Amino acid sequence: MSGLNGKRPRSGSRAPDVEAPAPMATCAPAHAAATIQLAHGGGGLLSRWLVEREFLPAFANPLLQPLHDGAVLAPATGRLAITTDSFVVRPLFFPGGDIGSLAVHGTLNDLAMCGARPLGLSLACILEEGLDFEVLRRIIASAGGAAATAGVFIVTGDTKVVDRGKADGVFITTTGIGVVREGIEIAPARIRPGDRILLSGAIAEHGVAILSVREGLRFETTIESDAANLQPLVERMLAAGGEAVHCLRDPTRGGVASVVSELASAARVGMQLHEDRIPVREDVHAACEMLGLDPLYVANEGKCIAFVAPERAGAVLAAMKAHRLGANAADIGEVTADDPGVVVLRTRIGGTRVVDLPVGELLPRIC
Amino acid sequence: MKYLDEYRQAGGVRRLIAEVGRRLRAPCAIMEVCGGQTHTLIRTGLDRMLPPGITMIHGPGCPVCVTPLELIDQALVIARRPEVIFTSFGDMMRVPGSETDLLAVKAAGGDVRIVYSPLDALRLAQQNPHREVVFFAVGFETTAPANASAVWRAKRLGLRNFSILCSQVLVPPALETILSAPDCGVDAIIAAGHVCAIMGYEEYEPIAARHELPIVVTGFEPLDLLEGILMAVSALAEERCGVENQYARAVTRPGNRRAQALIAEVFQVTDRSWRGIGPIPASGLALTPAYREFDAALRFGTTELKRREHPDCIAGAILRGRRKPNECPAFGAACTPLRPLGAPMVSSEGACAAYYHSGRVACRA
Repeated sequence: MSGLNGKRPRSGSRAPDVEAPAPMATCAPAHAAATIQLAHGGGGLLSRWLVEREFLPAFANPLLQPLHDGAVLAPATGRLAITTDSFVVRPLFFPGGDIGSLAVHGTLNDLAMCGARPLGLSLACILEEGLDFEVLRRIIASAGGAAATAGVFIVTGDTKVVDRGKADGVFITTTGIGVVREGIEIAPARIRPGDRILLSGAIAEHGVAILSVREGLRFETTIESDAANLQPLVERMLAAGGEAVHCLRDPTRGGVASVVSELASAARVGMQLHEDRIPVREDVHAACEMLGLDPLYVANEGKCIAFVAPERAGAVLAAMKAHRLGANAADIGEVTADDPGVVVLRTRIGGTRVVDLPVGELLPRIC
Repeated sequence: MKYLDEYRQAGGVRRLIAEVGRRLRAPCAIMEVCGGQTHTLIRTGLDRMLPPGITMIHGPGCPVCVTPLELIDQALVIARRPEVIFTSFGDMMRVPGSETDLLAVKAAGGDVRIVYSPLDALRLAQQNPHREVVFFAVGFETTAPANASAVWRAKRLGLRNFSILCSQVLVPPALETILSAPDCGVDAIIAAGHVCAIMGYEEYEPIAARHELPIVVTGFEPLDLLEGILMAVSALAEERCGVENQYARAVTRPGNRRAQALIAEVFQVTDRSWRGIGPIPASGLALTPAYREFDAALRFGTTELKRREHPDCIAGAILRGRRKPNECPAFGAACTPLRPLGAPMVSSEGACAAYYHSGRVACRA
């Protein structure tokens, strides 16, 4: 092998012109790239630099620090829950959140819907070549902030970069592991006739917020996504209701209508909802009227629906209302033994109609 | 919310239903023309709260449903072209053509975009000078002024890359055709409020006189519909015919003259084929010679497409009010919202879709 200046080094001695390699963390690229390059996902120098310079500080925690292939968690007692979600929301930034915070909240909420407390999250990114570095920084900071606020670590992750035009900016996949609380049994099969249907607050805000930015619609009031971590609210609900809380679900894509329809089918029960008890904010209602959307089918990212045995429903509802995220909680209906699989809506004017699963995409790529 | 909440009060609804029951002299069949009105009736469950003896017949007022098969297929041909950005309101996206729909063309790589206004399409044309932007101009007289405005502006701006695929239809000729059928069982008409907000209701007076029935221009909220039905039932009880206006907060007899002038500037009356009904003379709008350069069918040479409907689809009978959706052998079986055979099962205002989504539970008023 030849030395850097073309001369052969004398055997047994180091070539005088070779300097000691710099520590990995200070190996910045020769020119600071303003955009993501394919090499940032290649597993080499730039990949390492990206993880150490951007992801690690934003997610700062001892479990991520080793940057090994995986994270090893402390032993946990109890049943484990695991959930995963991919986030492809368009646009990346919207009133009330962005793809980073949405990813963290979404997975924490899915764990909550299992009755589980989170042990840790993974976060994998697929980045598009040419993505602005500042955009990525904002997203990573937002995800890190959401996790920190929730008191949860992002303990492992992955980054890939694909050619320009193949990923629409950023795609994120998060997986969460949690422990199901003792004495809690959440399952669609537990829903039974007589259960009360509780909703934690006003609906349709996330979907309308996304649509308003995407379509460049300007309303007089800015409608913000309701994206939030539901763990603290669910903690209170489960403390108040215990095993009387038969099922939990967060009405994301497809809205309240889809979730309730799916569960009625899965549990083979009928359900009845009361339109005049379902909270919808006036500005959200107005936006839906204008856009021809039915709020029942519009996505939420910070709401949950609970199916609770009637004798504990009052206590659970009170616990929801006592928390900031459940201030507008309401009892919106009941599970019945009639017409299994069918959800009936008692309309505001006293009529009835069947609530069905939507056909096709109401609002594409809202989460 | 102003002009909405007041017209959705449960107390008012109960009161009016009772009043309708008191005034009703004999069983009658009332046709509500507009798909939006059908939608309200089904969505609120109002149609099943009416006193027995009143049958609501769902009229052909769903422009998505009556757009002819050939036009859908023309849209698909144009949308597949690589230079075209094809724009449309959302509800046209899943209407089946002979073989496929706009959403499938989009999935296969066509640039198909949902817009909320024809002016959005105009803006796209201005922002994309090297692409051809086509807007699917579907609708009754309600959408005609906005669509005319987009074409009018395009001409003033000298835009060379904007065109519309025109499927505008007119209500009065369709009503005339339905009412002239020998076995027509319609006793009174609930006319489309927003169509009349544009056009006024003068042109309905000869129809009411010729067929000797009441026509009530009506709005879209539950209380509007009930007031309209009450006025129709009262007119029938007193054997009055003629046109009345329930939707006075939005409709006047002459209508919106400026909008009418704009329509007349850009469009002219033409014969048009209605899906499920067939050709009705002088029932549609086409671009006038001065604006014909903006006609997408001419620009892309798709005017000669001829098509046949799916044999099992009885949309025609349904649109004429002759059959109900759940009387169709294919309803809920071969034809569902997921696999529609015809337009009334796809459109959110179509009678078949409305019935499908509400008709599986026995009525428990």
